[in-house]
Amino acid sequence: MSKLLVSPSPHIHSKDSTKSLMLDVVIALMPAVLCSFVFYGWREIVLMLVSVGSCVLLEYGITRYMLGKASTIGDLSAVVTGILLALNVPYTTPWWVMVIGAIVAIGVAKMTFGGLGQNIWNPALVGRVFLLVSFPTYMTTWSQPQGLFGADAVTGATPLGVIKEGLLQGASVQDLMGDYSYSQLLFANLGGSAGEVCALALLCGFVYLCVRRVIKPWITLAVFATVALTSLLFWGINPARFTDPLFNLLTGGLILGACFMATDYVTSPMSVKGGIVFGVGIGFLTMMIRYFGSYPEGVSFAILIMNSVVPLLNRWFHQKKFGRK
Amino acid sequence: MTNIIIWTIATITVLGLVLALVLYLVAKKFKVEEDPRIDDVEKAMPGANCGGCGFAGCRAFAEAAVKAPNLDNNYCPVGGNDVMAKVAAILGYEVKAKAPQVAVVRCNGSCESRPKVNDYDGAASCKVKAALYSGDTGCSYGCLGCGDCVAACQFGALSMDPATGLPVVDEEKCTACGACAKACPKGVIELRPKGPRGMREFVSCINKDKGAVAKKACASACIGCGICFKTCTHGAIVFENNVAYIDPAKCKLCRECEAMCPTGAIHGVNFPKPLDKEAVKARIADRKKKAAEAAAAAKEPSKKEEQ
Amino acid sequence: MGNRTFSIGGVHPHDNKISRECRIETLPIAPTVYISVAQHIGAPAKPVVAPGDKVKVGQVVAEPGGFVSAFIHSSVSGTVKSVAPRADLAGNPQLCIEIAVDGNEWAEGIDTSDTLVKDIPADNKAIIEKIRLGGVVGLGGATFPTHVKLSPPPGSKCERVIINGCECEPYLTSDFRTLLEKGEQVVIGAAILRQVMGNVPCTIAIEENKPEAIAHIKEVIAKLGYEGIEVMTMKMMYPQGGEKQLIDAVMHRQVGSGALPISVGAVVQNVATALAVYEAVQKNKPVIDNSVTVTGACFPHQANLLVRVGTPLRYILDYLGGLPDNAAKVISGGPMMGKAVANLDAATVKGTGALLILTEEETRRAPETNCIRCGKCADACPMGLEPFLLNKLAKANDVEALEANAAQDCIECGCCLYSCPAHIPLLDNIRMGKGAVMGVLRARAAAARAAAEAKK
Repeated sequence: MSKLLVSPSPHIHSKDSTKSLMLDVVIALMPAVLCSFVFYGWREIVLMLVSVGSCVLLEYGITRYMLGKASTIGDLSAVVTGILLALNVPYTTPWWVMVIGAIVAIGVAKMTFGGLGQNIWNPALVGRVFLLVSFPTYMTTWSQPQGLFGADAVTGATPLGVIKEGLLQGASVQDLMGDYSYSQLLFANLGGSAGEVCALALLCGFVYLCVRRVIKPWITLAVFATVALTSLLFWGINPARFTDPLFNLLTGGLILGACFMATDYVTSPMSVKGGIVFGVGIGFLTMMIRYFGSYPEGVSFAILIMNSVVPLLNRWFHQKKFGRK
Repeated sequence: MTNIIIWTIATITVLGLVLALVLYLVAKKFKVEEDPRIDDVEKAMPGANCGGCGFAGCRAFAEAAVKAPNLDNNYCPVGGNDVMAKVAAILGYEVKAKAPQVAVVRCNGSCESRPKVNDYDGAASCKVKAALYSGDTGCSYGCLGCGDCVAACQFGALSMDPATGLPVVDEEKCTACGACAKACPKGVIELRPKGPRGMREFVSCINKDKGAVAKKACASACIGCGICFKTCTHGAIVFENNVAYIDPAKCKLCRECEAMCPTGAIHGVNFPKPLDKEAVKARIADRKKKAAEAAAAAKEPSKKEEQ
Repeated sequence: MGNRTFSIGGVHPHDNKISRECRIETLPIAPTVYISVAQHIGAPAKPVVAPGDKVKVGQVVAEPGGFVSAFIHSSVSGTVKSVAPRADLAGNPQLCIEIAVDGNEWAEGIDTSDTLVKDIPADNKAIIEKIRLGGVVGLGGATFPTHVKLSPPPGSKCERVIINGCECEPYLTSDFRTLLEKGEQVVIGAAILRQVMGNVPCTIAIEENKPEAIAHIKEVIAKLGYEGIEVMTMKMMYPQGGEKQLIDAVMHRQVGSGALPISVGAVVQNVATALAVYEAVQKNKPVIDNSVTVTGACFPHQANLLVRVGTPLRYILDYLGGLPDNAAKVISGGPMMGKAVANLDAATVKGTGALLILTEEETRRAPETNCIRCGKCADACPMGLEPFLLNKLAKANDVEALEANAAQDCIECGCCLYSCPAHIPLLDNIRMGKGAVMGVLRARAAAARAAAEAKK
């Protein structure tokens, strides 16, 4: 003890850090990641490694050599983006497409805005949508789960894709729905993005995040509620034309999006009220795209659109201040 | 087909005319009459919008200058006399030329001469630090070293010297806008006349503590010994609150005070030759001796007269 | 139904009450004490002694320098050495009266016995005058002169007196020990306060982590047979002991921005203040000492000490064996709102409630990183403010926007900085912004007053 430390109060700090929060998100994603490995096998493992690896390397390279600052990979946010990106594409995606996705996610959507905390849109989703638009063949050739050591991929369409296609050809929802059971959707999915494979695993992660107080559940619950209510309304009016609420909740990456992407700190509103409006917006837009859009799936677009509105939501919705009306 | 083309042309023409009319009416209704001289003055300004003149920006300065009856209270330190002459010409006013100024750091308590007695661990802002406590050295008057002045300077004229922990002014870039002086919570930075060929003499310390206390806190502090005051033959040194101040209007740049200062708190800059302390001291001693002799000589005849 | 707490924000730091078992011990008197004339909020007191004067314990050495100001008494007997500026704990010069101690002779009229005086004088005005003469100020930390708080402006009415025994700051145990060891005196002090405010009900609020104190005070109230005084168990939550938060928790009323607690009918006094009121009124003993918790995980000799006002901090630490080698920071007060000590030669003041010693690992701030907009600061803020926004505005010095976003409501509790995962110095900057807004508000109020007077 030679010199006394002097600083303004407070003198103690919580143990939370950006890194610990991101680590919690990674832990919460682990069940879904493991499920995807189990269902899709080694190709998914390779894809995951490519995605996380290129995200981290890109962030390191950009911060160190282009911006000349200290590297920020230690905060693990690039790892989270990498995992989410890999969970958002079909496992049959070639590795070089994955790298392009990472370049767009980290290089364009995150670092051009100034890195963590400055981006307007969720990087993983921007990467995904970029791939969806640029490489539609790879991105919509969904493959059936093959197991950890499965043979070559068998391709097929997603449930939402099947139904959209079928409806266009004049079939009714009831006919098309015969192929799917809800338990199949909940536990061991059919074709789709790697992360959509097991809804239960995603929900486990979501509960973990809420228990650890990393996120507040309001945004996610608002998305679920809005999707359920909107589809209930339409389904109630015309069950032959519109799919039912439970089907909508369990398919198309809604759970992945609502639990892990919509709740991204950086791109969601600060206040609870703003968060609820944000969630309702995502849910409603998702359903509109699913029912009336040309894409079978709308969660990514809905979240990105609502991301754009966040600055306004932050301006409109504030917390209740103590002793003020 | 022809029909469609005709209709299209007609619709667009009518639409264009209607919108033009609306634009014309709105522009007429909301037109603001403005003195055209404001634009002229603004064009003459440096356009830095630094606020050094005391107005929010160059435009605000121009508006104020046009309204004002003379230019006594409006002076652009950045543009200096050249710009003010232009402004005066536009407005038809007289302008008094001012000596160009420069920011001067009045603290020379480097890490070496002013050892740290505690360690600061808070926001890197002098303002925050000053509100919290007296500073991490024994001196409660000197530079806090967090660089608020550097952040405030729009012209890149200030930088922190990592060796001394003190800010350094780049005289070429400094426009004397005064932003750094305002930003410094300790009032360490002063705007002083640049001096002939940049030569100037100043006390680089504002420590008001008594000599022993100041000396203990910082080896290069002004300890208020008053030697400079006694040495100066031009009456340029103001001595108050245990600290000396050199009045730039009276200083003749003889550098005698600088040579005599026991702690080296007095700085002279931009002189062509380095200060030869011994020579100056010898000169002063010589002069004193002569003065003493003269005084003695003056006394003797008076004594004789008495006799 | 769970225990009550305030309705917005708050954080849960580990309570670390390491010194809870240490009985209050009387510190031997230091050879020289330095009594500051600025020990309270408001105008500094004016010294009425000169070097060479002999003083006794409890003798007035400085008189109030304004309406909001307080008497200051000598805490020792001896000779005044000097009345001169001396560096306070932040290193800034403060006028201090230096007294060389000689014996322990008390001024006349002070009852130094241990007998409990239960009969409360009937004349409320005389009680307030005694509190004023006793130099009693809020000893919870704010040091607002108590007699001013007890004389509410005309037109306002007190409905409840709240005695703040929350001690929500981690580490501190002096109020807890006071409740346990001087429970009778505190309760009588509370009874005096409620009588002065017009026989209103009184609540003694204690957090749930002090069950012994809750049980003891309940017992004392029953034994003394007082009615209208109740003990309320509070949920553990920081900053429960904040005046506005405590009123919200106890009465479910929120004091408006810039308003005083009396505007919702509440008067809050700290446990130590209640004890000081008892001593001033019943024993004629002015505030010359207070209990100070000296603690820290790295500190080998935890203690709760009864310390004479003006004792040098270094003397206290040396009495307990000096600072350990790994100590990095000494804090006067708790870890959330206390002031870091830059100068150990500074002396204690009336409001010094604790000396907390922390190590580098416990207290050093982690490097600042980008804001990830997690909103944890806004969740933690007990005033419902948005620290991330205020931080940005304060850095830009946008005083207008700061005012619109209620920077002036900030109570500087530190919850935002405590909870920020990016380690952004939120409160450091917000405090500056708050200062700027307060300056504008004061100037505006002064202008309004001047305009009103000009009209007359």
